[in-house]
Amino acid sequence: MRILPFGLTGWLIEVDTTAEATSLYDHLRALAPTGPMALVTDLVPGARTILLDVDRPGISHADAAALLTGWRPGAPPAPTGAQTVEVPVRYDGPDLAEIAAMKGITETAVVQAHTGSELQVAFCGFAPGFAYISGLPPVLHLPRLDRPRTSVAAGSVALAGGFTSVYPRRSPGGWRILGHTDAELWNVERDPPALLPPGTRVRFTAV
Amino acid sequence: MTGLVIVRPGLLTTVQDLGRRGLASLAVPPSGAADRHSLRLANRLVGNGEDRAGLEATLLGVDVACGTDRWLAVTGAPSPVFVDDRPAAQYAPVFVRAGSVLRIGPAASGLRTYLAVAGGVAVPPVLGSRSTDVMSGLGPAPLTAGAELPLGVPQGGPAPVDLAPPAAIPDHATVRLLPGPRADWFADSPVGRTYTVTGESNRVGVRLDGPALRRTRHDELPSEGMLSGAVQVPPSGLPVILLADHPTTGGYPVVGVVHPDDLWLVAQARPGTLLTFAAARR
Repeated sequence: MRILPFGLTGWLIEVDTTAEATSLYDHLRALAPTGPMALVTDLVPGARTILLDVDRPGISHADAAALLTGWRPGAPPAPTGAQTVEVPVRYDGPDLAEIAAMKGITETAVVQAHTGSELQVAFCGFAPGFAYISGLPPVLHLPRLDRPRTSVAAGSVALAGGFTSVYPRRSPGGWRILGHTDAELWNVERDPPALLPPGTRVRFTAV
Repeated sequence: MTGLVIVRPGLLTTVQDLGRRGLASLAVPPSGAADRHSLRLANRLVGNGEDRAGLEATLLGVDVACGTDRWLAVTGAPSPVFVDDRPAAQYAPVFVRAGSVLRIGPAASGLRTYLAVAGGVAVPPVLGSRSTDVMSGLGPAPLTAGAELPLGVPQGGPAPVDLAPPAAIPDHATVRLLPGPRADWFADSPVGRTYTVTGESNRVGVRLDGPALRRTRHDELPSEGMLSGAVQVPPSGLPVILLADHPTTGGYPVVGVVHPDDLWLVAQARPGTLLTFAAARR
């Protein structure tokens, strides 16, 4: 684990795996907003990092290290009261056949692997509410498309780079599309606006 | 008509306040005025709180008509200001009568001008801010001719000053560079080097041309959190400085971070501006 400076006041805490980053994010956001945490305006998880966006000078390297007291890499995730969000999917995506062919399995096996996995949102990026959901079995690990699509419909359920996600709104996109959902991923009138914020446990179901 | 009507939108004019904080974990960019100093100053000049929404115009200014008598103020890039074709002061409160048109001409230097109106632009906030986010599509769309913006209630009189002298916007700026988390991925540092701001720059980021930075590590960086002012280096080796509408996570290593007090110089750097990086410590 490393604690790296990010600009005048920020810190980037780097760990070895996405699972560790998710566990560290859970630890940090459970801390009371007192002491150094009172200066933290945002905790931004990444694939193997947590960024502490800090409002003004006042968190030293030692302060940042002290925030990790009680957290151990590899420790089992603390039991959270968080419910699992179920996302119903029509597995009718344009890339489903190619995903199956690339992995030498049937489309049904692809769907079973996607619906049978224990998944959790590691971080968000790309667009508001776009969740990088981790926990896919290796059989669903595939690179992005060589040629990204110029337009992907909202609700498209896709995968790339070991993550799966749902496009919250129409946008360009390079992930491989498995299917579609009617779930509302993003609504600025809702609190939180994202259906799948970091840390959320997710289960996809076939409809 | 009681609001502020856009008569001529110019190149790109958006509503901006100080942006959306605390939502980066949901991939909501900070947004807000690219040059926050100038928006804050404009608001103070008309007696607003610094966080009220105003307009951010780009290079060619903007013309607006006021539906009611109001104090207005123009700050940021030095530009000619007229009220109904009579010259008016920049960096000063200007009283504009209902039906009059305030015109902001092309910037003589710099890139972005700011217009504050007493009471502030009162479009409905989205996630706690009225800012237009050009990348995410949050907030009001970029303004078009004929758009009418509601105004808030003025909270007090204008600042009792004739003029608030602005800092000069140089065509060769020195900006301080703080440590970036991935400085050790590079054989070179941008410190001491001079880059040219390219035309492929916007509110998301400022692309630079100049000496390419060589990498010592060539593996792919897993996506990690980003901040305004971060100097990202894509495979070309040519740095990109992130501005207000930057993506909240990114996969290009950050070699350094522009000092927050110098970021306004980057936001005001028009294409062709030279930027030299100087070392800074936390």
